[in-house]
Amino acid sequence: MTAIADLQDRVRAAVAAQQLLCIVGGNSKRYLGGEQQGDPIDMSAWSGVVDYQPSELVITVRAGTTISELQQVLARENQVLASEPPEFDGKATVGGTLACNLSGPSRPWHGSIRDHVLGVRIINGKGEHLRFGGQVMKNVAGYDVSRLQAGAMGTLGILTEVTLKVVPRPEATTTVRRTIGASDALRVMNQICRKPLPVSGACWYGGDMYVRLAGPSSVIAAAAGEIEGNILPDDGFWSRLREMDLPFFADANDLWCISLRSTHDHFRQEEDWLIDWRGARRWLAASCDRDTLVEQTGEAGGELWQLRGAEKGADVFPERSEAYRKMLLRLKRALDPAGVFNPGRLYSWL
Amino acid sequence: MDTAALAAMFRDLVDAQYVVAADESKRPYECDGLSVYKEMPGLVVMPSSTEEVRAIMRLCHRRKVPVVVRGAGTGLSGGALPNPNGVLLSLARLSRILQIDPEAGLARVQPGVTNLAISEACAPYGLFYAPDPSSQIACSIGGNVAENAGGVHCLKYGLTVHNVVQLTVVTVEGEIITVGCEGLASAGPDLMALVIGSEGMLGVVTEVTVRLLPVPSHCQVILASFDELEHAGDAVSAVIAEGIIPAGFEMMDSHAIRAAEDYVGAGYDTDAEALLLCELDGTEEEVRYSIEQVTEVFRGHGARSIRVSQNEAERLLFWKGRKSAFPAVGRISPDYYCMDGTIPRRSLSRVLSEISRLSHEYGLRVANVFHAGDGNLHPLILFDESKPGELQKAEAFGAEILRLCVAAGGCITGEHGVGVEKLPQMLDQFSDAELAQLNAIKDALDPDALLNPGKGVPTLKRCQEYRST
Repeated sequence: MTAIADLQDRVRAAVAAQQLLCIVGGNSKRYLGGEQQGDPIDMSAWSGVVDYQPSELVITVRAGTTISELQQVLARENQVLASEPPEFDGKATVGGTLACNLSGPSRPWHGSIRDHVLGVRIINGKGEHLRFGGQVMKNVAGYDVSRLQAGAMGTLGILTEVTLKVVPRPEATTTVRRTIGASDALRVMNQICRKPLPVSGACWYGGDMYVRLAGPSSVIAAAAGEIEGNILPDDGFWSRLREMDLPFFADANDLWCISLRSTHDHFRQEEDWLIDWRGARRWLAASCDRDTLVEQTGEAGGELWQLRGAEKGADVFPERSEAYRKMLLRLKRALDPAGVFNPGRLYSWL
Repeated sequence: MDTAALAAMFRDLVDAQYVVAADESKRPYECDGLSVYKEMPGLVVMPSSTEEVRAIMRLCHRRKVPVVVRGAGTGLSGGALPNPNGVLLSLARLSRILQIDPEAGLARVQPGVTNLAISEACAPYGLFYAPDPSSQIACSIGGNVAENAGGVHCLKYGLTVHNVVQLTVVTVEGEIITVGCEGLASAGPDLMALVIGSEGMLGVVTEVTVRLLPVPSHCQVILASFDELEHAGDAVSAVIAEGIIPAGFEMMDSHAIRAAEDYVGAGYDTDAEALLLCELDGTEEEVRYSIEQVTEVFRGHGARSIRVSQNEAERLLFWKGRKSAFPAVGRISPDYYCMDGTIPRRSLSRVLSEISRLSHEYGLRVANVFHAGDGNLHPLILFDESKPGELQKAEAFGAEILRLCVAAGGCITGEHGVGVEKLPQMLDQFSDAELAQLNAIKDALDPDALLNPGKGVPTLKRCQEYRST
């Protein structure tokens, strides 16, 4: 545990010297959030499996373990991470993925990494190494500090260890593709999702709708018959979508990621869109005014992230109410009293 | 400030008849589902809107009046035990389903709506709300959020935290905030998850948006009995290891089997030492496929009998015994004390035999009914409160069971919450620094400790007291 003791020392020293710290895993998610500031704390070497019990569907890994490595370990037991988070050229780490709460195309059905985290160990802003949650499926003792870390982008402590629930790998997947306009695709995707079918992806891109089914072969063969379209041979579409590796992403100078009610009308139809999560996540590649976009999505419980094209220093995540900011700032002080962890990464005021 | 003066101030904020000061009218609120703890609240106040909750919280904050929020009062850890100097804030009147959006699979409801009412309202659309605690006829969704309630089906469909997408929360200062997002991904720390399971200690939830799922087209249950508890326990692990996630996976021991069978006549094998109920749902093909696999695993683990429900009536009959197991056990003992520890599945057999050993040691019978699939034990300790010292003995036995769970790598509560009941056991699960961190979070959001004070997380002072006893 000397590595942990060293990390604790570094945190205490930073607090004493009023120095800022920037927690880095594989550095694969710089594109998300505000600019990095402070002395880097490299977590990538703090990797490896701590405990894996395939029959329990539970694995504990050090935070610097890459998602790719984790998936390889799980694959040997025919298991997977249900949230299929992006691997970003093998660089994305478990800690970084939880800190950013990223997930893949299966999110509406199988959740994000936040849904599968059972416990964490963190170093807080006092340099204490603490454990929250555990290795069991159900645990309601104390506040859910494990899930609180999801999306915190390292502002509430250094993740050192993460325990995750894993699932059996589906025996097979199949994809149905149909050429259709975006508005109709939204309607059809939401209709399909009202049926009790083993759907694990529903996306519209480049004039086509893609619906993925996952499960035992006989089951998905029968289910595919209920969806209009052609069976698409596996060409890696879903992994390219997950990795943001489609031309849509490469070509975009301005990029917005919008989360909203899946049934919200298709709007700004003349712009370039990619629709994922059955309509609940929409990527927009266009230069546009934030306030106008907020207005267009607000009623549908929308949340805007500006991933490319934001002014330097501007917050990329949604504006928050006064009360919300107060709550977040107080929590920040409770976990990181001296404010040393990842300043400005989530919000300029945090 | 005296109660009468305070009541007068509340009557300016909510309809006067919903500010209750008279003892006889407050009596029904003196305890929740864990009735060994009782306390009369100073006042009971029943608001009818988020705005009224906000006004009440502002007044309480200004006057430093403690607030205990109550839903349906079905909680099993004394989480809604009133504060004698405070307000019991009953959310029972916030009982409207505000919106059902079947296309998006979302329902926005007030906290006083019962769990079952959501699924009933969504049934015409072929949708349901998955978490189904045993108390689902009576318990409220607000209470479910406060406790992160589970139920029989959470093995496959998750807990409350997995099935809620957005919450409206009134802070202790009377400010309204929204956490979570209908579009699933919300930036920043997961404040919604922090509120879920926080036992009414961080804010008052006044609106809940839940995720609805399509009702599976097929559903069947396998009923299997075993000669040895260990064999049944191992069969549970083996099914999951096989890659099958049943919708529900429950286990009962011989005391529970016989009590349930005597009570409802579900056709259980009363000579068996253990019984498993394994529910499989999905498409017709999916269910057929899984039934074959599970049946094979059960056979391989020496099941004495295996029955598969052939129709909906039979499926419900098989479940009837399990669902009435608690009241059934109530018939064979004057009182029982329900525990709620969780353990890794692989430790099932070991922990069960240890509980049985303790049962002899304490001279108290134990009936085991539990969510085997996710390792959530509900040992029911049978005792007689009228016998002097027996309640204390039951509590001591219960505390040992929870220590056993922690030692096996599990935890002290899977779904009932800490409340007042398990405060001492928090010290078994957390270090002082961890408890201090939890208290710092409480302090950050509720600096005057007005929200459900004395519950959930032991204060530093209490920790010292517990350690010294």
